[in-house]
Amino acid sequence: MSQIVRMFLLVFVVAFGLMYATAYLNKSEGYSGDNTLTVYNWGDYIDPELLEQFEEETGIKVIYQTFDSNEAMMTKIKQGGTTFDVAVPSEYAISKMKEDDLLLEIDHSKLSNLEHIDERFMHLSFDPENAYSVPYFWGTVGIVFHPDLVGDLTFESWDDLWDPSLKNNVFLLDGAREVMGMGLNSLGYSLNDTSEDHLQEALAKLSELTPNVKAIVGDEIKMLIANEEAAAGLVWSGDASEIMYENEELDYVVPKEGSNLWFDNMVIPKTARNLEGAHQFINFMLDPEVAAQNAEYVGYSTPNKEALALLPEDISGDERFYPDEELTERLEVYDNLGPRMLSHYNELFLEFKMHRK
Amino acid sequence: MSNGKWKLSNLYLIAVFVILYAPIFYLMFYSFNSGGSMRDFEGFTWEFYGEVFQDTRLLIIVLNTFVIALLSAAISTIIGVLGAIAIHYMRTNRPKSTLLTLNNVLIVSPDVIIGASFLILFTIAGIQLGFVSVLLSHIAFSIPIVVIMVLPKLQEMSGSLIDAARDLGASSWQVLTKVIMPYIKPGIFAGFFMALTYSLDDFAVTFFVTGNGFSTLSVEIYSRARQGVSLSINALSTLIFLFTVLLVIGYYFINRRNNRPVAKEGRA
Amino acid sequence: MDVRARNLYLVPYVLWIVLFVAAPILLIVYYSFFNVEGQFTLDNYAKFFTPVYLKMTLSSFWYAFLITLFSLLVAYPTAYLLTKTKHKGLWLLLIILPSWINLLLKAYAFIGLFGTYGFVNAVLELTGIGTKQILFTDFSFVFVSVYIFIPFMILPIFNALEKMNPTLIDAARDLGASPWMTFRRVVFPLTIDGVKAGCMAVFIPALSLFMITRLIAGNRVITLGTAIEQHFLVTQDWGMGATIAVFLIIAMALIMLLTGNRKRGLIDIVKR
Repeated sequence: MSQIVRMFLLVFVVAFGLMYATAYLNKSEGYSGDNTLTVYNWGDYIDPELLEQFEEETGIKVIYQTFDSNEAMMTKIKQGGTTFDVAVPSEYAISKMKEDDLLLEIDHSKLSNLEHIDERFMHLSFDPENAYSVPYFWGTVGIVFHPDLVGDLTFESWDDLWDPSLKNNVFLLDGAREVMGMGLNSLGYSLNDTSEDHLQEALAKLSELTPNVKAIVGDEIKMLIANEEAAAGLVWSGDASEIMYENEELDYVVPKEGSNLWFDNMVIPKTARNLEGAHQFINFMLDPEVAAQNAEYVGYSTPNKEALALLPEDISGDERFYPDEELTERLEVYDNLGPRMLSHYNELFLEFKMHRK
Repeated sequence: MSNGKWKLSNLYLIAVFVILYAPIFYLMFYSFNSGGSMRDFEGFTWEFYGEVFQDTRLLIIVLNTFVIALLSAAISTIIGVLGAIAIHYMRTNRPKSTLLTLNNVLIVSPDVIIGASFLILFTIAGIQLGFVSVLLSHIAFSIPIVVIMVLPKLQEMSGSLIDAARDLGASSWQVLTKVIMPYIKPGIFAGFFMALTYSLDDFAVTFFVTGNGFSTLSVEIYSRARQGVSLSINALSTLIFLFTVLLVIGYYFINRRNNRPVAKEGRA
Repeated sequence: MDVRARNLYLVPYVLWIVLFVAAPILLIVYYSFFNVEGQFTLDNYAKFFTPVYLKMTLSSFWYAFLITLFSLLVAYPTAYLLTKTKHKGLWLLLIILPSWINLLLKAYAFIGLFGTYGFVNAVLELTGIGTKQILFTDFSFVFVSVYIFIPFMILPIFNALEKMNPTLIDAARDLGASPWMTFRRVVFPLTIDGVKAGCMAVFIPALSLFMITRLIAGNRVITLGTAIEQHFLVTQDWGMGATIAVFLIIAMALIMLLTGNRKRGLIDIVKR
């Protein structure tokens, strides 16, 4: 018995000692003070140096928390048990959050840098007045491929992915909207199509793709493609730029039938406590120099036109990531299809996954 | 037993251990890669170890993880042991089997369900997400495993042992501390270690119920892994791994020395 | 044990059961009756009986069976040999130790080891077998799953073997039984409860594996657990996720009923 008691005492002593150490570290880092700002963003989606710069300029301590899907983020914000001052959801999540009354209005008078944002990216359908959101990054969905491994295929058209020579050589990202959207686009339909016939047609077409699909994966798709585990993959443009940074042989293209145009945006969720700080932070991120540095670090496309001008020519002139207006016109933003349709998309995607084997 | 047989069986054990540790050594190996990724070893560097010690947030998270693991394992062991004793000495069968079934539900439920339902629960209860909610959840999912580890020991113990103690005039408390506890000690330790394992390993439940800047290592790794695992995580895992190996070996030998006269379960 | 003391011990445990077991189960059942739009419906149950989900259920059971089988095949000899080693307690701890390293990291390590240009393929290349696709196959999925679950199989078998009276083996030997006979007639039957406990500890979680179905199997294998995770975290169709969970809980209860000693409570198998 005494041995048991001794061990448990030891455990508690050690645990409280560690707790004290944590509290001490927290304090020395300023995390437990009043003047903090909690930023809820995708993992590694900001240049950490900028957070330090912001802290120095404003004296506000930033707590940076990450999520891995819009849904996980919304669940947390809806739950309400946590303070988040700024969050960065994608556009379809914003319309959903607006419906659920999870967002606070942004005071434009506090955002002196808002004027730097390219007009193309303002007043979009998901938030026409930009009352709740300010663009952070944007991008496309397309195909990243290894030119030496795919023969003559150029992927100018989605149909190239169906080429028999790519047997067991294609990665898809694990997203219902992206994969179903590809199926619909390749047939010439809109990726927001809700007609049952078209959806079934897309599913039938996708199941023909199954012999080529090596795997349907998540974020590890970047590592896998950079390691040349497969010749081609369906990815977001930001991932593509990272993959190409890792492996310079690869190339990225947005097929001509059209694809998705997406936006990640800064918002102030209703859980915010430090409203002043949140506005300061958003304004800070809109500063051209800051936005340029961030874009260079993250590798996604910045909507900030002044920042774009500051970026080196090899980035800003890259048509694959800063496509001209002609291409962007063929791209579509995901509409909020409503929960019922969305879950139908998911069911079809699940069916597609079950087809394989 | 013949010599050849021993060699073969040793070989088998070695193979099992090699496979069990292969991915861990793989992670450790690349933590020294100056190339910065888990392929093409380019050169040796301590860089990522330096990064670990400079990253205060990461250190705080590591400490948090251990605090949660130790506290939840200890508390769940206490509750679980008491629960197991109470269940064991129940006289009627029906409530006993009901309790046992409920006990097992958590072990076999997928983490995601546990996490989601706990999240709803904390919302209803109005508990702020953070240290407390994570600790409560870890205690909650560790209790059943402790019960399962302790019950067999109780079952094994013959009733006459307690009767004898009673006849000799021992009080309830004395029976508990002098007879039952020492006997089920291996079960208690096994339960504690399994609880620790569950807590350190858990990702899904913590992911749901954490918030307000509080994070544990597995959640942090998961969110950092979005950009491909940074090698500082490898370095950190290496450090933690070596630390636990030392701890386990140290614990084992100290324990052995203390216990030499009464070797495990009275068998030499 | 007098009743008052017993009831006192019971208080925290029962409190825990009510709060963290009974309440969540009720919540899950409650949620399973609602669709994405929050209306009361039985559709989720109807949906579960469509080919997609039935096929998924079948394949989950099949893979869980394979994983359990291979875990047992590897774990039994390991546990047996461990009981024969000198520092068996230490070795057992060292078997458990790898499970303290984050699963996601180990999965990434396996991706590196099994990849087209990974270590295993380099070895295969050297030995003249040539590069094979290992990652994203049934093999890699079962292998990694077995890897994850093996400590949970070894532990109960090891305990059962330890508890066995060694004189029984000597007796069998003295009576002229061959090693194989001794094993089949004496050792195995005496440890069957440990085997059962181990199988349960592997089979049921294997039904609900997720994450490595994507990382290692590239979504070639979709288990019920993957679907639950998707419904809760990605598609936000909590009703459907809860419905699958209800079926999983029912399956679990059935398995425990079938393997357990009915009269004495469902988990007696684990206790013995």
